[in-house]
Amino acid sequence: MKLLIPGLAALLLWSACSSNKSENKLPVYGNREAVTKTVNGKTVTDTVYQTIPPFSYVNQYGKTITDKSLDGSIYVADFFFTTCPSICPIMHRNMLNVYNEFKNGSNVKIVSYTIDPSHDSVAVLKSYADKLGIKGDNWWLLQGKKEETYKLAGSYLVAVQEDKAAPGGAVHSGYFVLVDKQKRIRGTYNGTDEKEVSKLVTDIKTLQAEPDEAIAQ
Amino acid sequence: MFACQSEQEMEFKRYYSSGQLIYQTHCQNCHGKEGQGLAALIPPLNDADFLKSNRAQLSCYMQNGLSGNIIIHSNNYNGKMPASGLTPIEIAKVLTYVQNSFGNQLGLFNLKQVETDLKVCK
Repeated sequence: MKLLIPGLAALLLWSACSSNKSENKLPVYGNREAVTKTVNGKTVTDTVYQTIPPFSYVNQYGKTITDKSLDGSIYVADFFFTTCPSICPIMHRNMLNVYNEFKNGSNVKIVSYTIDPSHDSVAVLKSYADKLGIKGDNWWLLQGKKEETYKLAGSYLVAVQEDKAAPGGAVHSGYFVLVDKQKRIRGTYNGTDEKEVSKLVTDIKTLQAEPDEAIAQ
Repeated sequence: MFACQSEQEMEFKRYYSSGQLIYQTHCQNCHGKEGQGLAALIPPLNDADFLKSNRAQLSCYMQNGLSGNIIIHSNNYNGKMPASGLTPIEIAKVLTYVQNSFGNQLGLFNLKQVETDLKVCK
């Protein structure tokens, strides 16, 4: 019995460590399907993960931004509008922490899609960005067609998240979505919660450390 | 010892503590936990000089919202604050809280004052 307890403790410690290790890898969210294809005459089955579809928007500088502009970047997406009096200020107060953490690097970006494009023109977005104190190309405020933005939100799983909690105003759930270099969703965080946003910062660092072979699709 | 608190102090404490809850629900998302505001978008609430010199207008700002340029700590803010939808007593409580938090020490803002000020909103 005396021997068993330290042995058990060691086993518990070991399993605790190994489970910690596996937690270091972020999950991949969204639908996935097994695709069977023929490569060089051999049948190969591959897992295809849900990715962010192509899009084309205009940023606060009036420049066209597409999904291609984010190639090679880890990025965080959210949905907002500049005149939003409720949760947007707290979301962007928290997003500023993310921005400040990564603004000196080049492979982490933030994209905020406005859901009120009729008010949020390029000039309005630029003024908002200036007042928020964001410069350069690490944080883009994007303007596009409203219907497309609503549809795109679904691809970011934002509408899905919101449907469960509160129907109506589906897009505007206040979630920050973490997307990897393969445009797969690796995490969603409540943007109004400071603690969850700290976790987002940690998770971005985890994602940055992911070796390329592990993320190659 | 607790019995020694004057009626006035008790009233202040009642206003202040319910004002804090109202602040958390209606004001904090924009103005922040510490009344720090948000960059140049949303003004902080710690400019006691502004609060003093605009004292008679504060209730109206709360009731009707506020737009146009204001200067806080010598910075310009020209965003738009929506009407709060608060009742006069709630306005009195939250003003008491704000006027005595974030470094401000401006005392009780009672219901009577709010009601008087609301009659002459511009």
